[in-house]
Amino acid sequence: MAEAALRIEGLSKSFGGLVATDNLHLAIESGEIHAIIGPNGAGKTTLVAQLAGELKPNAGQVIFAGRDITRLTMPARAALGLARSYQITSVLLNFTAEDNVALAAQAVAGHSFRFWRPARSDPALRQPAREVLAQIGLAERADTLAANLSHGEQRQLEIAMALATRPSLLLLDEPMAGMGREESGRMVALLESLKGRHTILLIEHDMDAVFALADRITVLVYGRAIATGRPDEIRNNDEVRQAYLGEEAIDA
Amino acid sequence: MDRRQILVAVIGLALFALVPPLAGIFDQPFYVDMFARIMIFAIAAVSLDLILGYGGMVSFGHAAYIGVGAYAVGILSYYGIDNGFVQFPVAIAAAALIALVFGLMSLRTTGVYFIMITLAFAQMLYFLGISLEEFGGDDGMPAYRSEFAGLIDLTDADQFYYLVFAFLVAALVVTHRLIHSRFGAVVRGAKANERRMQAMGFPTYRYKLAAFTIAGTMCGIAGALFANWNEFVSPDAMHWTRSGEIMIMVIMGGMGTLIGPVLGATGLLLLEEYLPEWMEALIAGTGEHWMVVMGPILIAIVLFGRGGIYALFARRGGDDG
Ligand SMILES: Nc1ncnc2c1ncn2[C@@H]1O[C@H](COP(=O)(O)OP(=O)(O)OP(=O)(O)O)[C@@H](O)[C@H]1O
Ligand SMILES: [Mg+2]
Repeated sequence: MAEAALRIEGLSKSFGGLVATDNLHLAIESGEIHAIIGPNGAGKTTLVAQLAGELKPNAGQVIFAGRDITRLTMPARAALGLARSYQITSVLLNFTAEDNVALAAQAVAGHSFRFWRPARSDPALRQPAREVLAQIGLAERADTLAANLSHGEQRQLEIAMALATRPSLLLLDEPMAGMGREESGRMVALLESLKGRHTILLIEHDMDAVFALADRITVLVYGRAIATGRPDEIRNNDEVRQAYLGEEAIDA
Repeated sequence: MDRRQILVAVIGLALFALVPPLAGIFDQPFYVDMFARIMIFAIAAVSLDLILGYGGMVSFGHAAYIGVGAYAVGILSYYGIDNGFVQFPVAIAAAALIALVFGLMSLRTTGVYFIMITLAFAQMLYFLGISLEEFGGDDGMPAYRSEFAGLIDLTDADQFYYLVFAFLVAALVVTHRLIHSRFGAVVRGAKANERRMQAMGFPTYRYKLAAFTIAGTMCGIAGALFANWNEFVSPDAMHWTRSGEIMIMVIMGGMGTLIGPVLGATGLLLLEEYLPEWMEALIAGTGEHWMVVMGPILIAIVLFGRGGIYALFARRGGDDG
């Protein structure tokens, strides 16, 4: 079998007495959309933070493309092709949408110890930024300050910034959080179009989206993976039904 | 926004350039001296704004680099080396080195800790200056004006003035280029959202360290010029109140703007110069208590004057990048 895009081995993290990640083992196959679902407080965001390098696990390893990255810093992981988006929008509010994305493009365009030429008029950064904005559907809002974008647009920008670093692995923490029906629909279509080009770890509460997109689903409860499988397997798993999924979500 | 910034900068600099001829016409040579001092502190304030206004690094020890630059000139001069082509590079290198070391140790911290550490480092240098008996201790030591192989004569007030002017223009041009470069984008981005910058792949620490070092170096030049202006060097130049003054200049003029710190340095130093006179003229005997009035003025500017003096000239919106 080919090396998994990401392997999580015995990952554990606790906050005081609270176990947020509990000896987690998981392999994300290259090219798949792997959804992680679970009730509030299951430890999904905590997991993403450990994968991205923002939180140190108490134990366990993270293997990315065959390489142990457990001890690497956040920027070092990003440089290897791992990008994340945030559940709670975390963009540069006093930068325009295009400047935000251009910065992401700059992050993968070599070092930034370039002191003299203006970055704003550098086609090597603006071109990819505009492309990603167009891809995500924010082209007309390119010159708007991120602070003045609507909530839905900020969520789109959040994804655009992750995409612009041309990652091989995308960690998306509830990309549809707080989005309206129509916006969610567009996001599903976008993620669908990314399928195959990036490996995606998708955390999402919107079950319609999860079952439409995911190749495989892992159910996380109290930091433990209680099941991993294809959408139909998860749908019919008794333990999952009990622990998490409401009947209506399953019948949808 | 940016056009407007440059326009205000050009007009402001043109006015500075006119000071010596005007002072000549009105036979008031004193103003040449006064505005040379204002420009020296403007360079210091511009350098602080690079890290404070653009980088969000609240360094409360910026006067340290004035001291380092000044002492470099003073000590070399003490050992008979008056050549500016030696003094200035040494001052620059010394300030760069000190800023690099201070930055290495302080930039791992943030918030109040960063403020306190930068303050502590500067006070450490202040007390070092006091302990250097050989160089005058807390009395300070004389410094003779640098010599530039006969190319410029710094004992001539006008020539000295235009040398300072040239350094100020250079500081503004360099700062302008820096903040708009890729490097500047990272520094400004780290101020806006450092965590996100790291998540995108920027090791922000090293970029902030570079900015911190550049700012300290630029301020070291102001220090070398200050030693020349003052013809005297003392630990007082590094006292924490000096650092506070430079910070007030930046806030008063407009943080995160190119020309704001120049306006702030001008405003603050003119106030310090004339407030006592004005108060004395208004109510006799109050002049010596000018600080009682100065304090509330500064507090009012910090609290209510959002955007500083620069905001009077230009509308602002978003990031000036
Ligand atoms: N920094 C922290 N300190 C203490 N406890 C924390 C911290 N971060 C998260 N937790 C706790 O860890 C548990 C898991 O939180 P986490 O945010 O990972 O859940 P989640 O699955 O992302 O939930 P949601 O669906 O609401 O986003 C929660 O009980 C939370 O309160
Ligand atoms: Mg979460």
